[in-house]
Amino acid sequence: MSLDKAAVRAIAELARIEVRDEELDHLAGELSGILHFVEQLAEVNTDGVPPMSSVADLTLPMRADVVTDGGQFAAVLANAPDGVVEDHGGFFTVPKVVE
Amino acid sequence: MIIQGDTGDWEIVIGLEVHAQVISNAKLFSGAATAFGAEPNDQVSFVDAGFPGMLPVINEKCVEQAVRTGLGLKAQINLTSVFARKNYFYADLPQGYQISQYDMPIVGEGTLLIDLPDGSTRAIGIERLHLEQDAGKSIHDMHPSKSYIDLNRSGVALMEIVSKPDMRSPEEAGAYLTKLRTILRYLGTCDGNMQEGSMRCDANVSVRPVGSTDLRTRCEIKNVNSIRFVQQAIEYEARRHIDVYENGGEIKQETRLFDSVKGETRSMRSKEHAHDYRYFPDPDLLPLVISQDLVDGIKATLPELPDEKKARFMAEYGLNAYDAGVMVAEKDSADFFEAVAKGRDGKTAANWVMGDFFATMNSDAKYTWTNPPVSAENLGKMIDLIKDGTISTRLAKDVFIFMVETGKDPATIVEEKGLKQVTDTGAIEKAIDEVFAANPDKVAEVKAGKDKLMGWFVGQVMKATQGKANPGMLNELIAKKFKE
Amino acid sequence: MSELTKLTIAQARDKMAKGEFTAVELTEAHIKAMEAKRDLGAYIVETPDLAREQAKASDLRRQAGQAGTLEGIPLGIKDLFCTKGVQTTAASRILEGFKPQYESTVSGKLLDAGSIMLGKLNLDEFAMGSSNMTSYYGKVTNPWKSKSDAAKQLVPGGSSGGSAAAVAARIAMGATGTDTGGSIRQPAAFCGITGIKPTYGRCSRWGIVAFASSLDQAGPMARDVRDCAIMLGAMAGHDPKDSTSAPMPVPNFEAALTGDIRGLKVGIPKEYRPDGLSDEIQKVWEQGIEWLKEAGATPVEISLPHTKYALPTYYIVAPAEASSNLARYDGVRFGLRVEGSSLDDMYKKTRAAGFGAEVRRRIMIGTYVLSAGYYDAYYSKAQKVRRLIADDFRRAFENVDVILTPTAPSAAFGMDENTDDPVTMWLNDVFTIPTSLAGLPGLSLPAGLNADGLPLGLQLIGRPFDEETVFKVAGVMESAAGFTATPEGV
Repeated sequence: MSLDKAAVRAIAELARIEVRDEELDHLAGELSGILHFVEQLAEVNTDGVPPMSSVADLTLPMRADVVTDGGQFAAVLANAPDGVVEDHGGFFTVPKVVE
Repeated sequence: MIIQGDTGDWEIVIGLEVHAQVISNAKLFSGAATAFGAEPNDQVSFVDAGFPGMLPVINEKCVEQAVRTGLGLKAQINLTSVFARKNYFYADLPQGYQISQYDMPIVGEGTLLIDLPDGSTRAIGIERLHLEQDAGKSIHDMHPSKSYIDLNRSGVALMEIVSKPDMRSPEEAGAYLTKLRTILRYLGTCDGNMQEGSMRCDANVSVRPVGSTDLRTRCEIKNVNSIRFVQQAIEYEARRHIDVYENGGEIKQETRLFDSVKGETRSMRSKEHAHDYRYFPDPDLLPLVISQDLVDGIKATLPELPDEKKARFMAEYGLNAYDAGVMVAEKDSADFFEAVAKGRDGKTAANWVMGDFFATMNSDAKYTWTNPPVSAENLGKMIDLIKDGTISTRLAKDVFIFMVETGKDPATIVEEKGLKQVTDTGAIEKAIDEVFAANPDKVAEVKAGKDKLMGWFVGQVMKATQGKANPGMLNELIAKKFKE
Repeated sequence: MSELTKLTIAQARDKMAKGEFTAVELTEAHIKAMEAKRDLGAYIVETPDLAREQAKASDLRRQAGQAGTLEGIPLGIKDLFCTKGVQTTAASRILEGFKPQYESTVSGKLLDAGSIMLGKLNLDEFAMGSSNMTSYYGKVTNPWKSKSDAAKQLVPGGSSGGSAAAVAARIAMGATGTDTGGSIRQPAAFCGITGIKPTYGRCSRWGIVAFASSLDQAGPMARDVRDCAIMLGAMAGHDPKDSTSAPMPVPNFEAALTGDIRGLKVGIPKEYRPDGLSDEIQKVWEQGIEWLKEAGATPVEISLPHTKYALPTYYIVAPAEASSNLARYDGVRFGLRVEGSSLDDMYKKTRAAGFGAEVRRRIMIGTYVLSAGYYDAYYSKAQKVRRLIADDFRRAFENVDVILTPTAPSAAFGMDENTDDPVTMWLNDVFTIPTSLAGLPGLSLPAGLNADGLPLGLQLIGRPFDEETVFKVAGVMESAAGFTATPEGV
């Protein structure tokens, strides 16, 4: 699969990474090269092989329904950009969203 | 419901996706509290806020609640299910993905019976139920150029309950939501409060010409926060589709928002981009495997559900389908009714509960199921007093009012207020004689064949006994007197 | 060069136990060495004041008879582990200034064992790389120099390049690493030290910045096998905060170093001789087989037929998981934010400025292989091949106790090499990636020097949760190899 500039732009959009137009050609070449490399998997017969999403031979452990966390807004907000505590009443901020 | 258009008749096809917040102490994958009303970003663990290196660990209660709900919907419980990441960027989605279930949900197909106004029921298919994380809240009106984000809700467990596209009218959609809410409340798995957002509904709406079996393009109407609005939104959306089709247009598959002030739906700007959620199994979570023993254990603790209760009320207490449906709509009302009706005449109990009791209950917000105007015990005792002839139904209305006012036992009220009905034949005959003596002309008229006046005599004697005369005996004795 | 920095962890432990010196003295010696070798670029953040404080507290604990297994030992922590109150960046601009309010389980366990933290070690950005050239905070230089070209700057390998360089240069007694496709083993080989990626699930991933969740594993990097065994003992253990953490007891790894490997069967995979494998690598591998034979083990040729597909499998699985794991770096709650005209504009500008080229490339590949219409052909296919690769190992381990392979196809290369094409760079991990995909323990130890005087590593691969056999065999090989070479000036 070779990716064209439009495909690269669409991927970058999905990944929310700004890509300048002049980078598109180079990126398309690079990403196509990688895809070409990984496409050798097509030659492996995987009929009837279930996908392996984890190597851990375990099932999901569960926690008890007990409140053990939270009540720590200062710690949660400590690294926030945009002065959330001083200027915005402890809310995180983003540019205004219009729904 | 059939909508007549300019080109012909149209049918509405509706499927509903309900997001029901699971009742649990802690969140789905973190130990932060689920309770409302905290300061912004206070009920938040670093897991909920998507901090680097944080990992999810599932809350067993949420799994049990999902199974419980699945059993309540007579649905397939999948002993193995898988959590997947649904990847998208949004301001209130801190991880950049929602942990949800995709091709292996915990609950598969089931059925929900909706109760229609004519007393009939209709089965609506449940497609699936899966567990997922709730997002945080975006608040758009607190700052001129910024949206504010509060993550207190982020990570609270949701059950997404997806129906099959089986509903054909806004009324059926309303009945589905009402019934689902009833079941969730019976099960104790969701409080079902749509105004507070603990139960949210997205409606998928399309239309098609009557007789067609194709599914046309649907639109999804997001987060409508009351059953009435869901119905309004569906009706508006269906008419919009018909207009578009009849004017030669095409419906675009999209997400729309209901504006309850204008009563219309509009395209959501933030959802304009086609989504590609890139689902894949969450590598931080292993497959969720539950045992049949766990499922059986939960099954053993299920309460009697509304459909079964309704059938039993009809069989055991002789209620009609409508009355039984009203009674079981809330578990509290069903329990109250049953406490009143147990060992008594069901219809009498139903009449009192649905009549004077509900009227009083609804007359003042101070009354709740934990603080009813009259206790079930007293209402039951009052019915006993009617049955044993201590008071008449008419007197009982007064006793009821006194019970509401004083909270006293009905027997005490009867005693104190002297409301005991007169069953002493001599006393009633004496009163009749007095009325006859005072009204010889009317007695003559009756004897001449004017039967209508009989009622007047009954009223007069009742008045003379302050309403306490046993009505049955009174009628009998007056008739006997005229025959003399 | 202080004598104290020349000691192994085990030696320092024993000497401190005898009262020959204090944790404060040992720590001071390392702080001095660390400051003298800043030109290596091994540390992103040095925490000398914190280290001195911790050393004092350590000496007090020892006096009180409460010494832990790593009491007073100064370590470096890879800057992928969240450390409470100390900047944690994953070598990315997007996390510049981020000070976690929590301590990763593994670094916390090391502190609980009495160790001292000297600082946060450099790495490839988000642990993506095999050269340590992709860090936003500068490249790391390998302390080893080529005899034929002493002016040439060599890479330390990656992604745990800062960890490997620091241990090799004696500016940390040991270091934490993480390994997703070879990130402990390949830099250990390049820098002439020992490192082990334990079985997936052996160490908690909680608090480690995630790269590829189904592959990431923390492990120790140290001067020798024993030191790795001691460190792993402190780092490992079940953590209820990590759902993939194995509920297994932690054995006494040090006790596994019995020196007796008689009767063990050592698998030699025939597929690990790709065309163009250098003679020197081939030679050191054969030498390794000889040593094991001499110690009474039996080499057995085995076949791991899907080996050649491990690299393409990895380069689908790891970027896919990474594309999702790195979505949280969005400028909202921590780290870099570049303001934008809309929410999406802010995301795009922040992530374009915050992530380096390799990270952006992998996010985009990962996004693509998961996207609608391509999932089955790429991601799902790769997960199926992954199972075949894991099955190869499972079958092999029915007949052998441990597997011996080279760690990397070459010795450390120059900073200007392998930079043109990402795929060529990835070939560095051709021997380590299969083990990662199968979740098995893999240890690299230095086995000799090449003609340029640069270290070459051999890898031992074990059964799941059988690090003990790996350590035991590694201990025997280490004795046989007698590897005592050090970089110049150490």
